[in-house]
Amino acid sequence: MSTTTANDDPSTLSEWLVYWRIDLPLAAALICGGLLGLFVLYSASGRSDTIVFDQAVRLGVGLVGMVVLAQVPPHWYRAAAPWVYLIGVLLLLATLFIGDAAMGAKRWLDLGVVRFQPSEICKLVVPLTVAAYFHHRSLPPRLSHVLVAGLIMALPVALVVQQPDLGTALLIIAGGGFALFFAGLRWRIIVLLLILGAAALPVIWFNLHDYQQQRVLTFLNPARDPLGTGYHITQSKIAIGSGGLFGKGWLNGTQAHLDFLPEADTDFVFAVYAEETGLFGVLGLIAIYLFVVARGLFIAVKSQDTFQRLTAASLSLTFFFYAFVNMGMVAGLLPVVGVPLPLISFGGTSMVMLLASFGILMSIHTHRKLLAT
Amino acid sequence: MAGDDAIKNHAAERRLFVIRTVVACGLLTLLIGLLFARIYYLQVYKHGYYETRSQDNRMRMAVVPPVRGLIFDRDGQLLANNRPAYQLEIVPEQVKGTVRQTIDRLGRIVDISDADRERFFSRLNQTPSFRGTPIKLSLTQAEVARFEVNREQFPGVDIRAGLTRHYPLGKYAAHIVGYVGGITERDLSNVDKKRYRGSSHIGKSGVELAYESALHGYPGSRVVETNASGRALRQLDETPAKAGDSLILTLDSGLQKAAYNALGDKDGAVVALDPQNGGVLALVSKPGYNPDLFVDGISHANYAKLISDPHKPLYNRALQGQYPPGSTIKPVMAIGALETGVIDPDKKVWCPGYITLPGSDHHYRDWKRSGQGWINLTQAIERSSDVYFYKLGMKLGIDDIHRYGSMFGLGHKTGIDLPRENAGIMPSREWKRGNRGQPWYPGETLITVIGQGYTTSTPLQLASMVSEIAERGHAYRPHVLKATKNPQSGEVTPYKPEALPPIQLKDERHWNTVINAMRGVIDNPHGTAHHYVGMNLKYPIAGKSGSAQVAGLPQNEVAPDLASIPYKLREHALFIAFAPIEHPKIAVAVLVEHGGGGSSVAGPIAREVIDHYLDQQSQNDSRQADNASASPSQQDS
Repeated sequence: MSTTTANDDPSTLSEWLVYWRIDLPLAAALICGGLLGLFVLYSASGRSDTIVFDQAVRLGVGLVGMVVLAQVPPHWYRAAAPWVYLIGVLLLLATLFIGDAAMGAKRWLDLGVVRFQPSEICKLVVPLTVAAYFHHRSLPPRLSHVLVAGLIMALPVALVVQQPDLGTALLIIAGGGFALFFAGLRWRIIVLLLILGAAALPVIWFNLHDYQQQRVLTFLNPARDPLGTGYHITQSKIAIGSGGLFGKGWLNGTQAHLDFLPEADTDFVFAVYAEETGLFGVLGLIAIYLFVVARGLFIAVKSQDTFQRLTAASLSLTFFFYAFVNMGMVAGLLPVVGVPLPLISFGGTSMVMLLASFGILMSIHTHRKLLAT
Repeated sequence: MAGDDAIKNHAAERRLFVIRTVVACGLLTLLIGLLFARIYYLQVYKHGYYETRSQDNRMRMAVVPPVRGLIFDRDGQLLANNRPAYQLEIVPEQVKGTVRQTIDRLGRIVDISDADRERFFSRLNQTPSFRGTPIKLSLTQAEVARFEVNREQFPGVDIRAGLTRHYPLGKYAAHIVGYVGGITERDLSNVDKKRYRGSSHIGKSGVELAYESALHGYPGSRVVETNASGRALRQLDETPAKAGDSLILTLDSGLQKAAYNALGDKDGAVVALDPQNGGVLALVSKPGYNPDLFVDGISHANYAKLISDPHKPLYNRALQGQYPPGSTIKPVMAIGALETGVIDPDKKVWCPGYITLPGSDHHYRDWKRSGQGWINLTQAIERSSDVYFYKLGMKLGIDDIHRYGSMFGLGHKTGIDLPRENAGIMPSREWKRGNRGQPWYPGETLITVIGQGYTTSTPLQLASMVSEIAERGHAYRPHVLKATKNPQSGEVTPYKPEALPPIQLKDERHWNTVINAMRGVIDNPHGTAHHYVGMNLKYPIAGKSGSAQVAGLPQNEVAPDLASIPYKLREHALFIAFAPIEHPKIAVAVLVEHGGGGSSVAGPIAREVIDHYLDQQSQNDSRQADNASASPSQQDS
């Protein structure tokens, strides 16, 4: 590509990036977000070195995993997706029978060496499987193909709902749904699905667990139970609101440090961040997220076949969706669902899976055949 | 399924995808706009409102500290309880002027020590400024009254009713029960800080320290509505604190007191174990001290007095004192010699007043200058012949001396559930090379086999050693906890005694040989302790005296009488015993610092302790028998 010699510094870096198939804009944005997350966690955890260290290790492992996944050619992913999907579904089944229960829900599978949530695999592999399914089929998809894609999504969703983990089920539907949307699902079907969904709301409502119903009621009227289920949201709104334009400064947020804010280093970390950095800090974080999504969609548009296109686009949108749902929930815009804030929340699986999905995007982008379009 | 009828139109599909991407971007912008509007609404439009909400957070979470668990003895007598007390607290945020000025002014109406100040400032850094930090932990009634009168002058200072710790047994059990004190920064680094929010005390020594985690409990929280100055107006929600577990110790407080008093005006230690389970019946270190002094911060004057006292009351002689075991080690050495077969117990050996080693003219003396004549093993133990054991030691050798001493727990911590135990020394060749950088000399074997020289042990180790003999090698690890009791459910969890690795002899009859000889120490007219311990026995007792040399006697000098030696150079008196021989119920080790003769000084103390315990036991037994026959339904008393 380049004619300059290897001694030339800038070209050495770019050659190195090309060699390792790393997309610089994407990698830079993700590392920025991850490092920012470490600072936020240090404050949110009450200055815990161990939590920051743990998270730094996960970030490192995730980045290495991302680079490794970038080396794999995209058609391998297409070939592997259905099989990984199958394994994911089997693991979900296994979780139902031999999983570890934590706080009343069976979500964890203990394989001796590692303990993880099989539903995390499904979040990643469902959009890939839908994309692989549509790869050879003509688009926009016919009704029968849509039904098959729906079945691909429904199987893991049904199993995850059994755990019960409604939040994750919604995220799996979102991931697969984005793939369907980008495949060109006809508008009239989309409208029909929305109407059906609205009609099914009462049915869903009566099948919800008690705590899930409480969450929704609280969302609709936070003043209803300010010390019970509404406590989280009330306190996180106070945290965000009291941050103002410029925030109270790093390590100076009072809401989290005085223990008013529960789960300050996991699902509610955004409140700590907004309290300490203010509106400008929030804008900065949103800018990082938007940049990542924009780069992802750019990669999707540039990509060269249906599978790659659908995969890149739906993974990017899923990433955005997570960020939006988390921030919306903490800001009291959405009901409380257990979704971590991408790159920032303390947690191993979500960090690694997130970076893995960007490894796939990098693979798609760097394996393009240099044919003129 | 591969037979897709429509042929893929790549250009059209690409166009479709680009349209969808544009639509997605539109949706995305819409959502971000929505989110931004929401954050803007919270952070800019409603900022003032949330700012105030955050500043004097209307709902304030107050910590409710847990009530510390009580400590009882085996019969339910209180060893540590909680008494109501008034604490003086400062809420820095509400103070007028600086906190230091307030404390200086407070000092004029209540007594505030330097220790109080120090503790206050170390805790101040860890407490948010709207929460109270205690400046004085226990106010007298007069101080409470004086403060109430002057209250108006002290905004941000308040009295809080709380609990403080009291130890009914005082000096008698100070070393075993221990005490609590004000929490320092160092204490907090060893515990889960969250459990100590709102608490002012933490275990510092003894059982209070060893079982801190069980005793402490878990704090609860109270959500209160507060006014602008932070005063609680009404309670909105409460999670009650979980009180700490109560502890029931194996200790018998009557016996503990009796043992303390039996030491008379001397310094020393008494450890009494239940050999059948390792439970500590009494653990005395004399002089004791008043543990209540430490609870709310000891004054400088009191502390200086304790520290400079030549009798070292703070020093726990029973666990930390390391004294040469002297002749109390002889039964163990006899078992070693019998097991290795180096001696014939029935064979009589010539025991003059001293022996020398080949190539040396050092006199290894017997305590009896004239010697013991021809004696066998039983007689050697009864009369505590040093020369017999010198000869036995030469045959046994330092390696086996070390092996058998260690087998009976010498040189190792017993692992009792109390802090700061010392291990003593059971010397060996490796030990000497490692610690002294020298090889082992034969002469050292002779003094080691009679428990002198490098050998040291704690009174607790000696009690554990005699338990091993009493139980014929099947003793338990010494422990003070009998059970824990959950104050909420009343559920009692008994402590499971841990069996020590059994000592398996090749010939079980060797136990009889040694135990009979120890019985002879007391009831054979020639036994060293016969006159002091063996009169009017109610139970068969086995025992062994010992004296631990503090300073070596000059060669060829007749031992002078006790009164003429300076106190600090007098030897320590030791006695170990257990009773009744067939079904041992108590094993005792007595140490009297600079007391002189083991049999004459320590022996009677051991006898008194054993009598007290066994008399009381037989009374209880007969009372229970009476009760059982009178009213079978009332068995629980």
